[in-house]
Amino acid sequence: MAKFAKKKDGDLPAVSTASLPDIVFMLLFFFMTVTTMKDSSLLVQNTLPNASEIKKLEKKDRVIYIYVGKPTREYQSVYGTEPKIQLNDKFASVGEVGSYILAERAKKPQELQNVLTTAMKVDKDANMGLISDIKQELRQVNALKVNYTTYEGDAFNNLQ
Amino acid sequence: MPRRKGAPEVNAGSMADIAFLLLIFFLVTTTIETDAGLDRMLPPAEPPEDVDVVIKQKNIFTVNINRNGQLLVEEEIMDIKNLRAAAIAFLDNGGDASCSYCKGRKDASSSDNPEKAIISLKNDRETKYSTYITVQNELVGAYNDLRNREAQRLYGRDFTEMEGKFLNPETGSAERDDLKPKVKKIQELFPQKLSEAETSAN
Repeated sequence: MAKFAKKKDGDLPAVSTASLPDIVFMLLFFFMTVTTMKDSSLLVQNTLPNASEIKKLEKKDRVIYIYVGKPTREYQSVYGTEPKIQLNDKFASVGEVGSYILAERAKKPQELQNVLTTAMKVDKDANMGLISDIKQELRQVNALKVNYTTYEGDAFNNLQ
Repeated sequence: MPRRKGAPEVNAGSMADIAFLLLIFFLVTTTIETDAGLDRMLPPAEPPEDVDVVIKQKNIFTVNINRNGQLLVEEEIMDIKNLRAAAIAFLDNGGDASCSYCKGRKDASSSDNPEKAIISLKNDRETKYSTYITVQNELVGAYNDLRNREAQRLYGRDFTEMEGKFLNPETGSAERDDLKPKVKKIQELFPQKLSEAETSAN
């Protein structure tokens, strides 16, 4: 027991913090690699509904995004408050969806062109009329695989 | 003026602070986007010609959503909370006794077997998207519940978990080859036949 009591006061070695920057840089690089910067800034309000029976969208390169929702506050004076479609970085009408899908599809490598998914990020307050129009457009250009992007949660929360 | 020693050492103590600052910046500005949602297939634009399929009315489970988010299921008003159970009862009915794994009531006036059972979803243009997603979720959930039940019976694990593993690109190819026939088998037991009619205009 006495063995342990021998320690003298001035003997405590300072913990070297020299490797701290390395550790932090490691963390930094980790976050830089795993996170994705948003490629398009949202012009529409986009509160997604909840659903529980969801499937993950794997492989980002096979996904084409369509955003739908009310324009955000700074655009409301110009575009009004009715839900609108956002393709890439600008507002679009329903008629432009088809050509957008075709253009995006043409940009992808040949082997992926048949396995593309269209992810619909639709605000929970949007009406189905607009969504149905988009669905018709998607059918016209044969983009039949659709994913209604949602948050994970209890679907009944949507009803409130 | 000659230096007495070599170059003075740069104090690297603040390096950690700088790195932390950068780290926090990236933490705040980036979002780990987890995209997940309900996968659906749209019907092709042109229906296959020269096929004149006659579907018996009893094999169709009609779900109508009106503009106020109320449900009309099989001509009766239904609370959305009961939809899943009703859909399961319809799919699992097995009216013509050809389906050996069905545990339903074998009601002759409901669907013949899961192969023939079709759920038809119709909505109004004014229906809110969130209501539509809830209904979709419940209908997909009904299929998943039944598929899970069969997967538990046959393989002792959940179908949703098996399918998730199968679709995950990180799963090894040996495991995927093992899962593929199982996932397919379960999907064939309860094929997802969810038809969406064109939206009614009124």
